[in-house]
Amino acid sequence: MKPIIKAERVGKQYRLGADTAAYSTAREAVMDILKAPLRSLRRNGSVPTIWALQDVTFEIQPGEIVGIIGRNGAGKSTLLKVLSRITEPTTGRVELYGRVASLLEVGTGFHPELTGRENIFLNGSILGMARKEIESKFDEIVAFAEIQKFIDTPVKRYSSGMYVRLAFAVAAHLQPEILLVDEVLAVGDMSFQKKCLGKMEEVATQGRTVLFVSHNMGSVGRLCRSGLLLDQGRVVFSGDITQTIGRYTQSSTSSNAEVSYVRDQDKSLQMLAARLLDHSGKTATELDRNHPFSVSVDYQVRTRIEGAHLGVMLDRIDGTPVCYATDIDSAHEGIRDRKPGTYRAVVTFPGAILNAGVYQIRLGLARFGGDVYDYREPFVFHLEDRGTFAALGAQGQQRPGILTLPLEWQTTEIE
Amino acid sequence: MSRTTSDSPSHAQNAAVIASSESPLNSTNSAPITHLPDQPIVVIEPRGSWRMLDLSELWAYRELLYFLTWRDVKVRYKQTLLGVAWAIIQPLFTMIIFTLFFGRLAGLDTQTGGIPYPLFAYAGLLPWTFFSNALTNSGNSLVGSANLITKVYFPRMIVPGAAVAAGLIDFAIGFVILVPLMVYYRVSPSWNLVMLPPLIVLITILAIAVGMWLSALNVKYRDIRFALPFLIQLWMFVSPIIYPASILPSKWRWLLDLNPLTGIIEAFKSALFGHPFNWTSLAIASVLTLLSLVYAAFSFSRVERGFADIV
Repeated sequence: MKPIIKAERVGKQYRLGADTAAYSTAREAVMDILKAPLRSLRRNGSVPTIWALQDVTFEIQPGEIVGIIGRNGAGKSTLLKVLSRITEPTTGRVELYGRVASLLEVGTGFHPELTGRENIFLNGSILGMARKEIESKFDEIVAFAEIQKFIDTPVKRYSSGMYVRLAFAVAAHLQPEILLVDEVLAVGDMSFQKKCLGKMEEVATQGRTVLFVSHNMGSVGRLCRSGLLLDQGRVVFSGDITQTIGRYTQSSTSSNAEVSYVRDQDKSLQMLAARLLDHSGKTATELDRNHPFSVSVDYQVRTRIEGAHLGVMLDRIDGTPVCYATDIDSAHEGIRDRKPGTYRAVVTFPGAILNAGVYQIRLGLARFGGDVYDYREPFVFHLEDRGTFAALGAQGQQRPGILTLPLEWQTTEIE
Repeated sequence: MSRTTSDSPSHAQNAAVIASSESPLNSTNSAPITHLPDQPIVVIEPRGSWRMLDLSELWAYRELLYFLTWRDVKVRYKQTLLGVAWAIIQPLFTMIIFTLFFGRLAGLDTQTGGIPYPLFAYAGLLPWTFFSNALTNSGNSLVGSANLITKVYFPRMIVPGAAVAAGLIDFAIGFVILVPLMVYYRVSPSWNLVMLPPLIVLITILAIAVGMWLSALNVKYRDIRFALPFLIQLWMFVSPIIYPASILPSKWRWLLDLNPLTGIIEAFKSALFGHPFNWTSLAIASVLTLLSLVYAAFSFSRVERGFADIV
């Protein structure tokens, strides 16, 4: 099939440091302006430069949902900016066979003094919607954002949650053929994030093409079918999303087996740190499936809370839920009444049950059917088979399935 | 920045491709694509320094121009005590001050062709206030919209354009005071008034041209922000706003005409007071205005692609 996006050897060079440093004297700068007022904007000094993108070549088929992943500074956002024409590539060429809308930020152009209604129109038109289109989707947008009552209130009086919901609602109703999305799902509360993901999936099923940049391997895995891995401005891998995420997490071994969070005194219950530990107690993101592994969570209780729990969710990277457990499953009654203090909870997953693969751990401090005090998605990790059991056949093909169990077989000769 | 792609052969072709696309972003309720167009809708590649001004793209984004203008108008007087009254206060009080100082002290009130000085000054200050506010607002508009420019694509010209357009509302409000002033001083309107609309168009174009150029320069050199008030003040005194152009000996009159605002403001006053137009002066002003628009538009489109990287 013919691709909808075709990028050939795209490169983007940035200059480092202050641009004006290229001038030695103010007089020289002034003379330069006088001689060629605007040309000097493109001045080519001997300023140090960096290639944010280099030799990026790829093709994307219509209807594909592609996750663009990579470390900070790998060039993900630059790539989206080039594709959305915000910035111009230094080299190369991109052909787009469909109309593009980009969503690099939620609520671009929102004005605090304007009401929700006014901002829907303003933001919609900035994102490229026609006025008629906004009018026809207006009620849908308001309903999606759940702000009916406040639609004629200036958005500066909105809570941050309402603001984000409204902003995403407008963006979610864009209907371009190609949608470029950058990290926008990292906002809002959990239930709204879920709604956003659902909306994005809906967009995907309508046959639109989506390019999605995120640090969150969980949402990338759930949403995308293929992936593009960038490292230092180059495409180092592209293909199936699970493989791409696998490559990414392998290439960044040292990262993310241990995370700590900024203390937020406004949260009555908050996680401070989380660690992923192998069976010997060392932090690791590559684990042996044959051995148990643990998740250790430090959290702080700031005000006395009853009935809250610490939950750990284990998913496969494609979003398939594997299991959910909480610290009140087996614990004594005392833990239900949490007194102020700092605690460490360690939960251990048994070895030799899960199949090899890429998994994600999510953590929440919440009350069943109620408040979410804190929510994090700290780890993406590999379970490898370092034994011999899981491999099938001589080629070492992986077994299908979520579990790989040492089941008992009994074979008797019956005839 | 080095550009390794040679863009000469494909260049014109791409411009044509981009130009031929209709609304660049969105089709209303576009169905999922079943088959793709043969030609790409958008081609992205480094452009040479000369780029064709893409008028069809500007046209496609006209609704954005409308919404940004509308936003500026809506927001301007929010949370102010006097609100829209500011549109009148500005030229009115400047007029009173100038009447006291220049009219009386400098004796300019004898050279206004029979028009009472307050009215004469107000008729000059009204378009001038529009023009100077338009320059200030549009000159700072791109820098002030950095968050938009780095997050969304649209023709950047819309930003300074909207800043100028938003000032037109204040301009219209300023006329409200003009009517009682004319009645009070018994200056009766004439058929010359029909020239007002084209003159307003002309001064708007001039404001867009200069504002656009300044806004682009401001992206790179924030000096503009400081130079702007100074430049505007200078410009005011070299334009026949609070004095008639006739106070200059006719030998030097051509000097004033180098400033396109001269012809426009003089004609503006002639239109209001029923005086004969100085067609030569107006013709020079029109030509200069159009030339500056063309120059500003081309310069702007040459540098706009770099805005997101340096703003």
